[in-house]
Amino acid sequence: MYSGRVSAGQSRFPSPAQDYEQEELDLNKHMIANPPATFFYRVGNSYDSMIDVGILPNALLVVDRSITPKSSHIVLAEVDKELVVKRLYKWKGVIELRSENKEKNYPPITFKDGEELIVFGVVTFNVNALK
Amino acid sequence: MPLSNRVYALCDANSFYASCEKVFRPDLKNTPVVVLSNNDGCVVAQSKEAKAMLDLWMCRPWFEIEEEAKKLGVVAFSSNYELYANMSNRFMTTLRQFAPRQEVYSIDESFLDLTGINRDLVAYGKQIKDTVLQWTGLPICVGIANTKTLAKLANHCAKKQSHFNGVCDFTSMSKTEIDAMMQQLPLSKVWGIGNKLEAKLNKLGVHDVLRLKRADPKRIRDEFGVLLERTIRELNGESWLELDETLPEAKQVMSSRSFGTRVSTLAELEEAVSYHATNASARLRKHGLYANAVYVFIQNSPFDKAQFYGASHTVAMPSPTDNTMQINKTALWILKKLYKEGIYYQKAGVMLMELVPSGGQQSDLFGFTQGDSKSAKLMDTLDSINKKYSKGTIKLASEGVHKAWVMKRGMKSPNYTGDWNELPHIR
Repeated sequence: MYSGRVSAGQSRFPSPAQDYEQEELDLNKHMIANPPATFFYRVGNSYDSMIDVGILPNALLVVDRSITPKSSHIVLAEVDKELVVKRLYKWKGVIELRSENKEKNYPPITFKDGEELIVFGVVTFNVNALK
Repeated sequence: MPLSNRVYALCDANSFYASCEKVFRPDLKNTPVVVLSNNDGCVVAQSKEAKAMLDLWMCRPWFEIEEEAKKLGVVAFSSNYELYANMSNRFMTTLRQFAPRQEVYSIDESFLDLTGINRDLVAYGKQIKDTVLQWTGLPICVGIANTKTLAKLANHCAKKQSHFNGVCDFTSMSKTEIDAMMQQLPLSKVWGIGNKLEAKLNKLGVHDVLRLKRADPKRIRDEFGVLLERTIRELNGESWLELDETLPEAKQVMSSRSFGTRVSTLAELEEAVSYHATNASARLRKHGLYANAVYVFIQNSPFDKAQFYGASHTVAMPSPTDNTMQINKTALWILKKLYKEGIYYQKAGVMLMELVPSGGQQSDLFGFTQGDSKSAKLMDTLDSINKKYSKGTIKLASEGVHKAWVMKRGMKSPNYTGDWNELPHIR
């Protein structure tokens, strides 16, 4: 309870919103679960392998290297010394990197026994600039 | 002092600068890579492929070996300090989860205190190594032992002897095994023993680490001082060097201060930054160190009503310097880049980074080779620079920055982790 005079123009009542104050929403915190292992990558301006899942040319990808890649994850991998972004498919001994572009229908990259697939990390967010 | 019951791990990145470059260039996975010093002067880091090819080229001037190196398919990079600092932070942060206490010893080395961690330490070391590789892409080696000096030595063994697979744990080995390894190692592999000291000890017939370990510490103290005595005791398992969790001044020198009142003009900020640059340079010389990079930051108060503005930038120097004028110019040049009008700044600071001792040798940090004549010379330098500086102060700040000394970094890789326009690309 407040007593005494309240001077004009300078309210001494606490803001009714005070109890509801919270931190500003921080996109860094939202999109970077593990900072030391998170890297940003830029998708090239003609890269359309993953267009059906919304990874457009020039997209910004958030890649977390600390996540162990599982089947169905979208991963950043190395194929023939080039970086690619594809969906990882692992099922009954078959390992593939699949594209998501129905129109172009790129064939999957298949890894046979003894061939090593190098995954750099799992893509956790995809940011397309709309402006 | 009784034998140490502490357990230290030294985690050291392999060919750190070269490895940082490789993280973003999968096409160079098996390619020999070298990194050149400021102004593309000489080789300061080599990937393991490059080491295998041209181990003796370390510290050689690049112009002398360039032709031959290129014929061999060696890819060279100018130093990209911004990238290395970023990757170093990731490395150190990743290590933090593995131990309650950590000492960041240099840009690519960190001690962890594993005392009381009740686990198979070889397996734990491997877990540390694998995690750092997965999270950051950096290959590291881990040396584990009961003293810091021994952990350093174990790390060396982990690096050089492939059967360890990057993790060497002295605590799980017998004394005989360790002694046998020590007998094979030259003194220069011991933390704190530089070339000069090694030569002196060699003259006395002490050629390998085992012989040093068995030397009489008291006699060594009489002849070489307490530091080498300590080294011997550490080699024998007595822990004399504590984990140092604070960043010692030897690694970076910082000068910064909040302003009494808010400051908004560039001229005022220039005065402040100039002051801090001078101050930091003086402290640098006091420690006999040279800086490879200059970092400047300015910010308003997070508690002010205006939106927070904080900006910082690092610039690598053309060559290691302790020269106030050069550092000052660099700092003011950075400030110009950072400055934004209409902001009421609350704080500014200058940090000198990537410090190297005058001799260019890490062992000098230990102070073994610091003679009186050297410090006397240092004082002379200090005085003359101070004199020169006070004459030039006012002129410096007003004349701005000449581009003449801006570093040659023609082969620098992109700032992959620090610039939106230079992110690694997927084509």
